[in-house]
Amino acid sequence: MFDAIADYGLITAFLASVIRLSMPLAYAAVGGIFSERAGVFNVGLEGFLIIGAFGAAYGTFHTGSPYMGLLMGLLCGCLLAIPMAIMTVSLGVNQIVAGIAVNLFALGFTAFLSRVAIGPTANTKLLPGFSKIAIPGLSKLPFVGPIFFNQDLLVYLMYVAVPILYYIMFRTAWGLNIRAVGHSPRSSDTAGLSVTRVRYVAIIGGNMFVALGGCYLVLSQVFVFSEDMTAGKGFIAIAAMILGRWSPLGALLAALLFGFFDALQLRLQFSNPDVPYEIFTTLPYVMSILALILFAGRNVAPQAIGRFYSREDY
Amino acid sequence: MQLELIRWVYRLKTVWAVLLSLLVGAWLIRITGHDPIESYKALFVGAYGEYWGFSATLTKMSPLLLAGLAVALPYRVGLFNVGGEGQIYIGALFSTLFALWLPGLPMWLAIPGTIAVGMLGGALWALIPAILKAYRNLNEVIITLLMNYIAINLVSFAVGGPLRAEGAPYPYSDEVGDSYLLPIMMDGTDAHIGALFGVLAAFVIFVVLKYTSIGFGMNTVGANPHAALYAGLSVRRHIIMSMVIGGALAGLAGTFEVIGLKYRLYHLFSDGYGYDGVVIAFLANANSLAVIIASAFMAGLESGANVMQRAVGVPITVIDAIKGLVVIFVAASLAFSYQRSGLVKMINRRKRLNEALSASALGEDRV
Repeated sequence: MFDAIADYGLITAFLASVIRLSMPLAYAAVGGIFSERAGVFNVGLEGFLIIGAFGAAYGTFHTGSPYMGLLMGLLCGCLLAIPMAIMTVSLGVNQIVAGIAVNLFALGFTAFLSRVAIGPTANTKLLPGFSKIAIPGLSKLPFVGPIFFNQDLLVYLMYVAVPILYYIMFRTAWGLNIRAVGHSPRSSDTAGLSVTRVRYVAIIGGNMFVALGGCYLVLSQVFVFSEDMTAGKGFIAIAAMILGRWSPLGALLAALLFGFFDALQLRLQFSNPDVPYEIFTTLPYVMSILALILFAGRNVAPQAIGRFYSREDY
Repeated sequence: MQLELIRWVYRLKTVWAVLLSLLVGAWLIRITGHDPIESYKALFVGAYGEYWGFSATLTKMSPLLLAGLAVALPYRVGLFNVGGEGQIYIGALFSTLFALWLPGLPMWLAIPGTIAVGMLGGALWALIPAILKAYRNLNEVIITLLMNYIAINLVSFAVGGPLRAEGAPYPYSDEVGDSYLLPIMMDGTDAHIGALFGVLAAFVIFVVLKYTSIGFGMNTVGANPHAALYAGLSVRRHIIMSMVIGGALAGLAGTFEVIGLKYRLYHLFSDGYGYDGVVIAFLANANSLAVIIASAFMAGLESGANVMQRAVGVPITVIDAIKGLVVIFVAASLAFSYQRSGLVKMINRRKRLNEALSASALGEDRV
């Protein structure tokens, strides 16, 4: 069963595909951490991925430039994050309800808009996207080079973003504010920190990052937008966020793990055409559940997560 | 009087939210270049106003109503069963297996038998996240969502391989025996008695929740699990019980799709009914009787959309967008409550002020 990946060249190709397949998950999980660390459940990752994918396709379709697509994806993520923030932070709607609402809204709305705004060719016409850039020098390194340094722009952006976000989260005042608000909003408020403002910034900024994962799907992987193209990646990303213990680095590693299983199932599908493919496609989902059962520890979640903070309530 | 009026305005907040989403929906229809009033007329007349359309609405209502109840019941305990979709698939799989395994069963045994087995399937599928929630405190939302994908793939695998009908052009199973076919309500249409079953189930759930100690226990656990635990109620048992019953209801929805409508098991047969169930339960605020109305509305949207597409030419996906808007607006409307409204506070303040004034005018205030 594993013969197909026994060869050296195939191993590097396989691992490079692990990186590519884990990118949407990584963007979603790393971005989702920000709102969760600020104390707001983010079940809406799937919705932010699909809206990012839609924005990327829309922008690229109308301008012909993937960079405009990227910008549009970010904008769409921002536009969807605002109602999410209003519902959870200002109105005090149950955060899981708000997340589910965001998902269902985004899935339904993009299905409709893709026909209207991109036209009937939405599912067929290939869009221009990002191509691979081999980094001079680094890509020539044995083994590591072809895996890590022969990827496209958004993958490199992830390499840069994770250390920066990690630094912001754990070594700067901003990060401390976010974590404080998610840990004990009342004491943060007492100390003069605006809980509302920090949560708004975390939700909007974090989910714009999530939307980049959707952009990646369209601009680097499939080059078209199709309804429901995220296929549950947002939910696997939630698992990655929990397994990564709400740290950008941990979330990236967990996303890579799930990307590994995704790449493995694709490889197994091709090398075993006589075995029904459904057995393999369930692999990432089964692994996510198993990983949660085995490794999700208790009491590591941000303490105030899921609770609406209002100055007037005691 | 004034206050009573405001109270009613607040009570009907879901209706306002729905109307608002239909209004925004009208704008979307305008974008596609059609007349919104004409389109909505085609939609609603097509869904409720004529024999064939109404039968289509009833056919859609069967899975939607049951899926709505599957979400609404665990919600009373404070759980989000977003796994209706998977439970529908597994329920359908179990009932198909039963029907194909015992094809010659007489009708009085065949239909109750498949129903029981289908419900068992859904219940077992819901039992897994329930146990994980109760004993490992794993978020049921994530587990049920992930399990949906597994269930869908499982059914695709079953009808693509072992259950695939001979010579089938794409994955579906053999037809179930004649004795398994669910009776039809309206002559010459597809409207099977599934919707009726759903209505019955909604009433049973309503009565159980309102008038029995089981219902009281569920509501108590939902309202305050610590208090419930202190009162000697097992929170774990209630978690598991509510999820399992919810799963069984979703399994029933899947069963009816097989023995009531398609007569075989198709891959990808459920068009997101489980997720629509979440929308319906929101709309109904988890009240099982309101679920009947909400599902009738959603079923009408779905079947009427077909009519609208044929008559006016508005793309059917506009309904997906409207459904999305409904969820957002209803979710946002949950935040507005009568007690917290500024207007009510103001009126009450005024009332107290007037009382104080009239009291002082009578001279009682002077010492």
